[in-house]
Amino acid sequence: MTTDLALTTTAWQRSGSGASRDGEAPRKGSTMKHRSLAAMVAATAAGALVLTGCGQAGQGSVNADGKTELTMWTHSAGNPGEIAVYDQIISDYNASQDDYVVVREDFPQESYNDSVVAAAASGDLPCLIDMDGPIMPNWAWSGYLQELKLPEKLTDSLLPTAVGTYQDKIYSAGYWDAALSIFARKSVLDANRIRIPSIEEPWTREEFDAALETLKAAGYDTPIDIGAEDQGEWWSYAYSPILQSFGGDQIDRDSYLTAEGALNGPEAVEAFTWFQELFTQGYAGNAGTIGNQEFVDDQVALSYTGVWNAQAALEEVGDDLLILPPPDFGHGPKIGGGSWQWGITADCVDAEGARDYLEFSFNDDYIAAFSDSQIVIPATAGAEGLSEHFGEGDDLHAFVELSQQFALARPATPAYPVISSTFEKAAKDIMNGADVQSTLDNAVKDIDQNIESNDGYGF
Amino acid sequence: MTVHRSTGSARLGRRRRLALSYAGMSVLAVFFLFPLVFMVVSSLKPDAQILSDTDSLRAFLPVGDISLDNYGEVFERVPVAQFMTNSVLVTSAIVILGLFVNSLAGFALSRVRWAGRGVVLAVIIATLIVPFETIAVPMVYWVSKLPTLVLEGGLLKYDFGWLNTYQVQIIPFVANAFSIFLFRQYFSTIPASLDEAARIDGAGWFTIYRRIIVPLSGPAFATVAILTFLPAWNSYLWPLMVVQKEELRPVMVGMQYFFQLNTQWGEIMAYTSMITLPVLIVFLVFQRAFISSIAASGVKG
Repeated sequence: MTTDLALTTTAWQRSGSGASRDGEAPRKGSTMKHRSLAAMVAATAAGALVLTGCGQAGQGSVNADGKTELTMWTHSAGNPGEIAVYDQIISDYNASQDDYVVVREDFPQESYNDSVVAAAASGDLPCLIDMDGPIMPNWAWSGYLQELKLPEKLTDSLLPTAVGTYQDKIYSAGYWDAALSIFARKSVLDANRIRIPSIEEPWTREEFDAALETLKAAGYDTPIDIGAEDQGEWWSYAYSPILQSFGGDQIDRDSYLTAEGALNGPEAVEAFTWFQELFTQGYAGNAGTIGNQEFVDDQVALSYTGVWNAQAALEEVGDDLLILPPPDFGHGPKIGGGSWQWGITADCVDAEGARDYLEFSFNDDYIAAFSDSQIVIPATAGAEGLSEHFGEGDDLHAFVELSQQFALARPATPAYPVISSTFEKAAKDIMNGADVQSTLDNAVKDIDQNIESNDGYGF
Repeated sequence: MTVHRSTGSARLGRRRRLALSYAGMSVLAVFFLFPLVFMVVSSLKPDAQILSDTDSLRAFLPVGDISLDNYGEVFERVPVAQFMTNSVLVTSAIVILGLFVNSLAGFALSRVRWAGRGVVLAVIIATLIVPFETIAVPMVYWVSKLPTLVLEGGLLKYDFGWLNTYQVQIIPFVANAFSIFLFRQYFSTIPASLDEAARIDGAGWFTIYRRIIVPLSGPAFATVAILTFLPAWNSYLWPLMVVQKEELRPVMVGMQYFFQLNTQWGEIMAYTSMITLPVLIVFLVFQRAFISSIAASGVKG
């Protein structure tokens, strides 16, 4: 240490007093150093003067034309269909009045939530954000959102699952909803003498099991594609309705404080035992490709999939395509409800403008345009009539009825992200052969612990 | 005769060994090339064919319905040129500034003797333990409050917040503990007598750095360039959090544009083919120096 210090001192002494840094002559080097120092002091002083003299940039959101800018974030980057509709709405709105101008920023869906959470952490959320229905309670509880306060007449006109309610207050509303169904070929069901179910008379559990057995015997390696190769929210969205149809649920919806009994009771065990047997008996697999290609290629006889795949399936399969309700496992067929919706952020200083824009945008023409562009169910009866696919007698009208009859929103609790990921992990473990009861018990424990450590999330 | 025979058999043995090692290397090369070939070939096929070809060798062959349609559609879905420009700009800045700053730090830690440099080096290396993800959110908060200069109405004004800028994607990644360590290790292999000789000739520290250390450390610079380039080019989480404006996004964030309800596999393959190209070029340019630096410094990247 002492040696080091001595060497260091010597070195600096040399470079200072030796005055020969960078190979320059002593006097010149010394002069250069002084000049550099002087230049640095001058630059710092000038910088400080500039900063103190010029003042802070404008903090308001008023643009050069005197209009208040309302920024909105969408999850639609890479989706030209949705963006085209937004472009239309925004340009119509901006031209319709002189107070506000709406500016859009698009984010990719897969990472949208991360972007919103990061912006919330730094206090940089825009006025308007869209969000997937089930995440809304968490964001409302986290203080990202304010009450939507759109006219009651407007929210009442929407599909119930297109309105996001948390603790009896409306925080979000959407232009559309999605629905799952079972796609089948009429010719295949007829050839195998399988009854074609209807909304009034869906398949019972016994009928559905028998159909799978028959189709397996008919030569389909895996008779149904349920999308088990997918991941993330799909698992909760697609398979929690099966659990609910058996009589279970992801959480006790009376208290929202525990999953005990709902997710690990006898009904849930029965549901997941059935789910496990789908794979052990070879009725479904998890090695396919995400999407509906296996059904289109007739590698599977049935496909448990969403409305968004319906038009492509119609184009491939034509009149032979059947859109069937999910089976009734004892408590009626169930479909997950609640999709992307709009909300106003808590710190939005121009909330009135944001509301004005949203009210303008919930127009039947725009809703129908969304519906036809994305092949999703329009949220209003008026838009249904304007839509090419979802009006009475149109090719995809079945989805409207399915949604109206069987849709059940996912639990409206801030714990939902944890419920969803825990549900996915448990269901995947069970699919892979884990013991049903103990896996569900552990899932309940994880969910309850999270709720407890967050003081019940306000319930 | 005996000598001739033994020379001949030795030559034969050498040839056999050479042939075997080439065969081994060819197998490895094919193994490593498979993903790249699959990516490029798939970028020329429609989605349905990509999926149906996966169960056969056709997946690696440009057969069937081949076209450049996917490339055209990529340009419609994603502003490729803008994202590429952003990535090139941000990555180049990080690499160039990083080479300068980190090599100077490595130089100070390796060649200049000063009190506490061991502790400083230990602290720098210790920062490698902290995963970026754990500090990402606090860093977002921090950079959102940093002062900056903006032009408003032709006047220079100050403001707060680095979000939605190029510098927020560059500055936090210039100083890099691993690069400093690698430079420090490499510089330590250069004989100190060179410094002493230079100092006798009147050279200062910066001259020694510039005229002696830098010219002798080509492989270290090439290695750091590659190791800095790759994560900078692949940067995803940070720009996702700090850049909300599309015109400032880098290429990796663009990947997510293709994951809609139905994933566009053909377009993904076309896009990845396009954004992998610069990585391959950089690696090919620097590979010889990269390998020699790894051999010299004993550091595995």
